Amino acid sequence: MKFTVAIASAIEALTANVLRSFLTMLGIIIGVASVMIMMAMGAGAKAQIEAQISALGASTLTLRPGATRRGGVSQGAGASTPFTEDDLVVLLDLPFVQAVDGQINGGVTAVSGQTNWSTQLIGTNPGYFEVQNLEATQGRVFTEREARTGAAVAVIGLSVVKELFDGIDPLGQRFRVNSVPVTVIGVLQERGQSSFGQDRDDVVILPISTARNRIIGAHPTTSKHVSRIEVMVADGYDMATAQSDLEEYMRERRRIKPGASDNFRIFNIADFVRARSATQQTMGILLAFMAGVALFVGGVGVMNIMLVSVTERTREIGLRMALGARGTDIMAQFLTEAVVLCGTGGLIGVALGFGGAWVAAKTGDWTMSLSVQITLMSFGAAAAVGVFFGYFPARRAAQLNPIDALRYD
Amino acid sequence: MAQNPYIIEAHQLTKIYTMGDQQVHALRGVDLAIERGEFTAIMGPSGSGKSTLMNLIGALDQPSGGELLIEGHALSTMNGAQLADLRNRTLGFVFQQFNLLPRADALQNVKLPLRYARHDIGDADARSRECLKLVGLEGRMDHRPAQLSGGQQQRVAIARALANRPQIILADEPTGALDTKTSEDIMKLLVELNASGITIILVTHEPEVAAFASRQIHFRDGLIESDERSGS
Ligand SMILES: Nc1ncnc2c1ncn2[C@@H]1O[C@H](COP(=O)(O)OP(=O)(O)OP(=O)(O)O)[C@@H](O)[C@H]1O
Ligand SMILES: [Mg+2]
Repeated sequence: MKFTVAIASAIEALTANVLRSFLTMLGIIIGVASVMIMMAMGAGAKAQIEAQISALGASTLTLRPGATRRGGVSQGAGASTPFTEDDLVVLLDLPFVQAVDGQINGGVTAVSGQTNWSTQLIGTNPGYFEVQNLEATQGRVFTEREARTGAAVAVIGLSVVKELFDGIDPLGQRFRVNSVPVTVIGVLQERGQSSFGQDRDDVVILPISTARNRIIGAHPTTSKHVSRIEVMVADGYDMATAQSDLEEYMRERRRIKPGASDNFRIFNIADFVRARSATQQTMGILLAFMAGVALFVGGVGVMNIMLVSVTERTREIGLRMALGARGTDIMAQFLTEAVVLCGTGGLIGVALGFGGAWVAAKTGDWTMSLSVQITLMSFGAAAAVGVFFGYFPARRAAQLNPIDALRYD
Repeated sequence: MAQNPYIIEAHQLTKIYTMGDQQVHALRGVDLAIERGEFTAIMGPSGSGKSTLMNLIGALDQPSGGELLIEGHALSTMNGAQLADLRNRTLGFVFQQFNLLPRADALQNVKLPLRYARHDIGDADARSRECLKLVGLEGRMDHRPAQLSGGQQQRVAIARALANRPQIILADEPTGALDTKTSEDIMKLLVELNASGITIILVTHEPEVAAFASRQIHFRDGLIESDERSGS
């Protein structure tokens, strides 16, 4: 029997009792719609988390001096050794390190002509721009060589441009940081406010040696210290492996005896965010599970009505067998009916799911992420329910003895 | 192997129905051979086993003992799919209660067995129209069973039995629900079909109906009581 014929006769059988078919479908419709909404919700939450992670730098490890705390009690004794610019240089040689960023910070006054402006100074190395994923929208950022030689070049944020060079091209302009003259070589891309309300475009970025030696002022004991180091792991390296390799390397470099605890800490921002989102995900899985239960109940309804249908049409089955239908033909007929029933319910459910997700995104503060994949999966779930719950009634029909079926009443 | 003149052979065929602890011996060892092209009428009192025999020949039920051969093939050696194909291709059924699908029109009812055909049937639509024309219903193709008289319904059923060009037509009381005049028309149709080479076995209670056949078999208590060929 041809496939199209099978579908046509299934539709014919189902439209023989439209109300009953619709009521049976209702369970599937509700099930599929809720599965779809829950999956969209889950995907939305996940996308939000991923966006958060990538904004923070998914491949970034942060090193801070200080003992590892366990149960709130400091394990290490005494002040821990800070990191230095030398650490930045050696870390860059590790195979899994793509870029390294270390900074010194301070408040400074920027002066151009008659204008004085209080701003933030960041002294850093070129790795900063790569690790923070920042670019100069005008001009360029400074080079490794400029950083090493202590060149008097500055990359400035948009707020500084506005205060000092309003209306004129800032590139090549000279201004003073405290009393040190520097030349603008680049303007940093816009970053907006930080989550603490700080203006991140109000910043002057200088090579670390320039900032340290000429502006902040080198001190014999604090020379070359950086408060923390951020390491960007190269593509293709596993973060967990990189983290443990980095820890091992730093223990060796800082001469920590085996068994003694670290006097520094390594943070993985992605881990942090993921841990925070774990509860949210558990909730999502629970909701998806409940939607699945709804679909399952819908499937039981389909099985029930298919069993009724097989019983009602026993004589018809007997007749078809007498006319030459094989067991597999009868089986295919009822399976097709169940799948068409569930497939139609699935289509309506998907449409309803789209609507529901749209309403939820509009009215509540849910982030909904609907994809082709989710749509196909929801629809596929409905079709699978059709096959699964249609199988038993269909097999029952196929196994009828022709003469018993024909004489049934 | 020599040419086998018998299209149907039954050897010591028995059928026992078991209902609880009670056993009904519907057939008690029937020996029967039917030649290709014969028109056989089976008669006998109610409960004598006529329908039981028809169901066995039609491969709708399994015998309790003995052997049944159709076109030389033993049914006991065939699996479910082979039996289905036998019913589809070699056999055509005509029932007392017509057994048409009530929601389908005449043409769709006739097409039904073609749906299950595994062999090449050509244009199913043209073939079904041809069969309806043969039974004189070319003007009623789009009528549903409820819109047809009893005789017309039985004609649709005969057209359906013919759709796959069977070798054998099995008709269990095909005129049982029809009046005398209509019965006669149906019988004339069957005689025509028999003349075209189709082997026909018919069960009936009416001697006038049986008279159309070339061979009359009488059943009693699950056994053949008499078997006569009319001279014609
Ligand atoms: N499915 C069944 N279960 C139990 N007994 C049955 C069954 N079918 C038939 N019988 C019994 O087998 C015997 C033969 O029945 P069968 O239907 O072959 O009779 P028949 O000759 O066709 O009668 P009628 O002329 O009334 O149609 C009867 O005694 C009947 O009661
Ligand atoms: Mg009978």
